[in-house]
Amino acid sequence: MLLISCPNCGSRDETEFHYGGQAHVPYPENPNELTDRQWAEYLFYRDNTKGTFAERWNHSTGCRQWFNMLRDTVTYEIQAVYPMGTPRPDSAGKTTADTGTASTAADSTTTGTAAPSLSSTSTTAPEGATK
Amino acid sequence: MSTHQLPEHPDFLWRNPEPKSSYDAVIVGGGGHGLATAYFLAKNHGMTNIAVLEKGWLAGGNMARNTTIIRSNYLWDESAAIYEHALKLWEILPEELEYDFLFSQRGVMNLAHTLGDVRESMRRVGANKLNGVDAEWLDPKQVKELCPILNISDNIRYPVMGATYQPRAGIAKHDHVAWAFARKCDEMGVDIIQNCEVTGFVKDGNRVVGVKTNRGTINTEKVGLAAAGHSSVLAEMAGFRLPIQSHPLQALVSELHEPVHPTVVMSNHVHVYVSQAHKGELVMGAGVDSYNGYGQRGSFHVIEHQMAAAVELFPIFARAHVLRTWGGIVDTTLDASPILGTTPVENMFVNCGWGTGGFKATPGAGFAFAHTIATGTPHKLNQPFSLERFETGALIDEHGAAAVAH
Repeated sequence: MLLISCPNCGSRDETEFHYGGQAHVPYPENPNELTDRQWAEYLFYRDNTKGTFAERWNHSTGCRQWFNMLRDTVTYEIQAVYPMGTPRPDSAGKTTADTGTASTAADSTTTGTAAPSLSSTSTTAPEGATK
Repeated sequence: MSTHQLPEHPDFLWRNPEPKSSYDAVIVGGGGHGLATAYFLAKNHGMTNIAVLEKGWLAGGNMARNTTIIRSNYLWDESAAIYEHALKLWEILPEELEYDFLFSQRGVMNLAHTLGDVRESMRRVGANKLNGVDAEWLDPKQVKELCPILNISDNIRYPVMGATYQPRAGIAKHDHVAWAFARKCDEMGVDIIQNCEVTGFVKDGNRVVGVKTNRGTINTEKVGLAAAGHSSVLAEMAGFRLPIQSHPLQALVSELHEPVHPTVVMSNHVHVYVSQAHKGELVMGAGVDSYNGYGQRGSFHVIEHQMAAAVELFPIFARAHVLRTWGGIVDTTLDASPILGTTPVENMFVNCGWGTGGFKATPGAGFAFAHTIATGTPHKLNQPFSLERFETGALIDEHGAAAVAH
């Protein structure tokens, strides 16, 4: 059972969350121009990283908000939690692996431009959280 | 229930050779599929100057971790063909390999718990019959007759509304299957090299010409990847991608019990599959953990969920103690069908994507993969399971028959 730190609700059991697979896969900018090969890439191909993986999670039985997480797919250690729409934090900068709670202070619900901070160990709801 | 005794623990069944500097073909992955592939390469195609590379110990991955269920009652023609071919091979292999690995055709039941299940199951029985796969529809009373310990009362959350039944399906001793293949491979001259991890590939342009390992570089004309959960890692080394996601899949066994469970029962809907091993353990499989994982372990709530389903269906299991639980890494595709064929790299072939159900396919996959490697083109059995299907859209959706949600 993973203990996942929701940016809005704090640490909760994995059973409250829904997995959303690889993060940072944008919808094609010009869908009409894609070849079959490119459509296949978008629809069916995802990274299957052994090691640190950026992935999406939804707190489906809590605040119902999506967020991104860096997690090691071998040790399952959670290395960072950061808002959708922000760039992937440098995984080398992980700081709070012991608690698995690297919440950021950025708005977790929008595609805000705030850079994620990995230094915070707070599990309280960030400003801008809706609940 | 067979009262068959297990064979004596075997003496050394294969050599442990040092890798040679070159082979005609190298199979990466010394599990069931890799060994079966080597066996059929040697037997059907006369290729004996070949090696099977295994990074750990022989058959220590999913071959050691599955629930040993063998069946061929898949919905679509393409799947029925390759799984039924595998089942027919299972039926002759103990004799051919001169090794009784306790293939027990005790039948497999797939339970239906909703009206949707019932319709889908009946459709599948019809499709199976058209494809020459033995299949029957059982009503709850017939289910109870075949498996008296099943609870078919209607006071449970998802009552049993019937089941499909494949009498020729069953289980086998997975370790002995691997050893049987390994011994025959070795006899025919195949080098089985354990503790040999692939770290990269040597390419001449877009053609693979060698395999880099922790025990040196091995030159080869052909490479077959049969590494299940680690297929994506190998593909990345070779410079191409696979539409695979690796997930933990867990299973468990109880302590030993008197024979109580005469068949194999699977339930897609409440999500458990149960048989009783020859020694007497109840063997139960769970669903996959939702997240990607290479850790060969999963989350405990998945096992709790599986046990809740098992106890509701089999009330007498409530007092059985869990002996051990474990996990393997399964390579899932989005259509729950395997990928077996050529790759974007010349002379490199891939057999992966069997997800939660690769054990049953072991001989069929090995047969077709050997043909693909030896001739450079897919056998008609694996032609539909090409990597290209994700571009053409000719997917083979087997989520209904795969029995474990991906």
